[in-house]
Amino acid sequence: MEELDVEPTTTDIPAGEGNHLGFAWGPGDILVYDTIYKASGATGTCSPFIHEVRKDEDIYSPILRKLFNESHHIFVGLQTTREDLPNKNKKTQFVSISKNYRSVIRACMEELQQVAVLTQDTELATQYGNQVSILLAIELIWNLCEVLFIDAAPGGSLLLHLLDWVRLHKADVDEKAQEVLQSESPSEHHSYWDVVLSYVLQGRMDEARQMLVKWSTLKPAARSMYKQMDKLLSKMPVYNPGGNQTLTEFDVKWRHWHDEVDHCLQDNSFASDPNLELICKILMGDEDALLEQKDLLSTWYHFLVTRLLFSHPTVKPTELHYYAQSCLAMFDSPSAPEPLDSILLAAFEFDIHQVIKDCSIALNNWWFVAHLTDLLDHCNLLQSHNLHFGSNLREFLLLEYASGLFTHHSLWQLAVDYFDYCPEFGRVYLEQQIEHVPLDTERKALKVLRICEQRQMSEQVRSICKIMAKRALRNNRLGSALSWSIRAKDAAFATLISERFLQDYCARGTFSDLDLIDNLGPAMLLSDRLTFLGKYREFHKLYGEKHFQDAAKLLLSLMTAKIAPRSFWMTLLMDALPLLEQKEVIFSADQTHELIFCLEELTSSLKTTGLDTPMQDEDMEVTKVELLRLALARNLAMAIVKEGTVEV
Amino acid sequence: MEGTNAKYVSQKISKTRWRPVSSSSLQQPEVFAAGSWDNEENKISIWSIGDHVLSGMEDEFEGDPQLLCECKHSGDVLDLQFLDQERVVTASSTGAVTIYQLRPNIQAMSVSHRWTRAHHYPCDNAPCTGVVCKSPEIVTVGEDGRINLFRADQEALIRTIDNADSSTIHAVTFLKTTEILTVNSIGQIKIWDFRQQSNTPAQILSQTGDRVPLHCVARHPNQQHIVATGGQDGMLCIWDARQGKAPASLMEAHTAEMWEVHFHPTNPDHLFTCSEDGSLLHWETTTSSSDMTFLQGGRNNSVLSRSAVAPAGGGQSIISAWLSGDSSKGRLETTHMLPSQTLSVNSLDVLGQCLVCGTDGEAIFVNRQVPV
Repeated sequence: MEELDVEPTTTDIPAGEGNHLGFAWGPGDILVYDTIYKASGATGTCSPFIHEVRKDEDIYSPILRKLFNESHHIFVGLQTTREDLPNKNKKTQFVSISKNYRSVIRACMEELQQVAVLTQDTELATQYGNQVSILLAIELIWNLCEVLFIDAAPGGSLLLHLLDWVRLHKADVDEKAQEVLQSESPSEHHSYWDVVLSYVLQGRMDEARQMLVKWSTLKPAARSMYKQMDKLLSKMPVYNPGGNQTLTEFDVKWRHWHDEVDHCLQDNSFASDPNLELICKILMGDEDALLEQKDLLSTWYHFLVTRLLFSHPTVKPTELHYYAQSCLAMFDSPSAPEPLDSILLAAFEFDIHQVIKDCSIALNNWWFVAHLTDLLDHCNLLQSHNLHFGSNLREFLLLEYASGLFTHHSLWQLAVDYFDYCPEFGRVYLEQQIEHVPLDTERKALKVLRICEQRQMSEQVRSICKIMAKRALRNNRLGSALSWSIRAKDAAFATLISERFLQDYCARGTFSDLDLIDNLGPAMLLSDRLTFLGKYREFHKLYGEKHFQDAAKLLLSLMTAKIAPRSFWMTLLMDALPLLEQKEVIFSADQTHELIFCLEELTSSLKTTGLDTPMQDEDMEVTKVELLRLALARNLAMAIVKEGTVEV
Repeated sequence: MEGTNAKYVSQKISKTRWRPVSSSSLQQPEVFAAGSWDNEENKISIWSIGDHVLSGMEDEFEGDPQLLCECKHSGDVLDLQFLDQERVVTASSTGAVTIYQLRPNIQAMSVSHRWTRAHHYPCDNAPCTGVVCKSPEIVTVGEDGRINLFRADQEALIRTIDNADSSTIHAVTFLKTTEILTVNSIGQIKIWDFRQQSNTPAQILSQTGDRVPLHCVARHPNQQHIVATGGQDGMLCIWDARQGKAPASLMEAHTAEMWEVHFHPTNPDHLFTCSEDGSLLHWETTTSSSDMTFLQGGRNNSVLSRSAVAPAGGGQSIISAWLSGDSSKGRLETTHMLPSQTLSVNSLDVLGQCLVCGTDGEAIFVNRQVPV
């Protein structure tokens, strides 16, 4: 057995003291209950409750449902992207898909933030707050993965992307800047220099310069010093990946600028103003000066990006891990490294599997790892990392996520598409789970049926139709029941229902649900009994329309072709009685012979089986047979006479 | 599609309906009702796409539907109709038929009347699958094959036809004032006349061959004999109720169940269908449409008089392109109204230039620039 990565979490079940717990696995949940077994000496009573332990609580959040629904759409789009695109186009497509995912996360986060503010319930507010912080972390990780793995920018542009990443996730500067600018005298504001420094630390030089103007107008004496700083800031080279400048050219330019900054520092040009001097030190990439700004940087990865900006702007992806490790060590946060830190570090080390593994452990939902892994897999970034259980990592995570969705009373429909795109086990999972969807209405049953039919899951189709047919039968809706069994091509059940129809007919003397039986069409051939039902009804129709010849022929063929069940022969023969009694000869001599033969076969079989029919019924039967014999004999006589007569 | 907004609402939407606008004004609809299904707790909700309401959310996208009010609904909302501007009637999977009253300014809504167990089996509830209103009359149909006639102002049931159908009735519409038309799960159309006391249909139309279950029905707003239906195979059928047992034309539309079909109420050369396959289609007969609708007769319509033969009396020959339904001759054009998506579009409604539809992907789409 493999070592555990983390201690499993404990869930307390409010059960009776000292009782043994029993449990049952569900597709996503576990049911836990008290058993009658007790630890020796325990006196607690057995609790009558069954507890449902859910693995993934997030799918029950109404706002996160939007995330699941919107991302489902993106996911399906990703699976159907064309394989034959050239690699370059593919990459832009994947980056844009990644951005779509992130924008969905952002939208969700914003909505959660809004409701968290509006809600009165403090407990709910904390819950929303927690969800927001989880989504924030998810978005942060996803964005970094996008920069490092999917976009995979080379040296030069890499830093630009990392700067964007930091700016997006440290947006509180802008709020503070607003506050400062709206105050009466911005440069006197206590946060003024914080804002200027923050802009510099994020490499937003133009904004930093605009802020500095406010200060210079107040301090005309420091005019030359300001001008010099402004010049340094404006001249800082920025790599332009679209331009025709090579990385070497940029490097030369940057070194030149760096020397200039160094020169200023050596000159003590800014010695009279500690703030400007500090900025100058930061521009130099002075690590001590940077570390002094821990509060403004707030995280080690901000520190990392800022350090790279001012010391190694052409950093290559392969060198990142070295800087990341040292920055994490240097930043030396007081608390122990949190899961987020190790996940980001693993990302900087390009250890994709570690990122996914750590995220799976740290996060309480499968949504993130499943979608990220799937995207990375499409980018061909995951080596065939075979698990010793199930299929590959992508499929394993997707299955986990989809199974969670399937336990939800409403989101199960989304899960179907996820199962579809799991080539190895998806179908088995779907087959297992689809049968557990409760079918409250026919419309829902039709939807489930459509899912099964599209995937040629004939067994599930049969089972769903059978459930519906049985329910209809229980509610005495024979027509509906028959429709369902015809849809499932379930011959046995169709026979059963046809039998019920015939019984009803025998009891009442009329057919119910004529609209259905008259319109069976080719469906009639599903089962012998159904064929008989349809044909028998046809006989009645012919008889009603006074097409006696055709009716008689049909009636006889029902018996001779053995379509009619033996138990029904007496009824059929009795139906023949009025035809035999017509003035006109309807049954020919041959047909009458056949009828006589049928009657004899029936009576002899009845004798041999020797059914214990009550006295009264027996009398009835005897009378019937006598009546029939008489009618048959008379008809035979008439037929012989008629057939023997030559028309003159 | 241009002008289509999606709003995710955290519940699967089974029905969407515009609130009627007063017939005298030519304004566009602003308020619609939506019903949910398959949720632990289902709801009926009223939304506005107007600009004047609730300016609290400034950053919301303009035209994004805003929730005005909502109300719990026991069971799935299987159908939803506005009785008038202030009242909504719902059909529930519990078999109940409920009238909801909207409060002034639509700040709230409440149940004004409920007929529980309007549809039922001997010892169980039966889902009520469809409702149609012609104020004050309400007709409902259900899985129990029953047709009920209610009046909004009366507690008692006015008329009921038990065993009107041996299978499930999926939808109902008014054909004339006293005539209704139902479609069922064995592919039949039945016309019922409430003036007749007998409990048998006045007429049955059915497809030849396969008995494809029919799920929806719509009547042409001007030519009452023209009826469109959609069924399990996603085909659009146009029927002429006056003649023939078989459909006048059959058109391939969707690849799965067609859940709803609607003629445009004022411009019936346009028709809209939505389906389980996740698409919403806009059908347009590309003949000189305005002439067709407003100038009946007097025009030379010989171009399209192939199958439309019956003169409607008075020397007018109203001929509908729908009955010929010949897409091969370019008379019929179809356009997809939604971006590709895989989950079912359960319901749609169109009024003026506005279209609203709801999906199993928990989204409501609104388009305010429908080209009609």
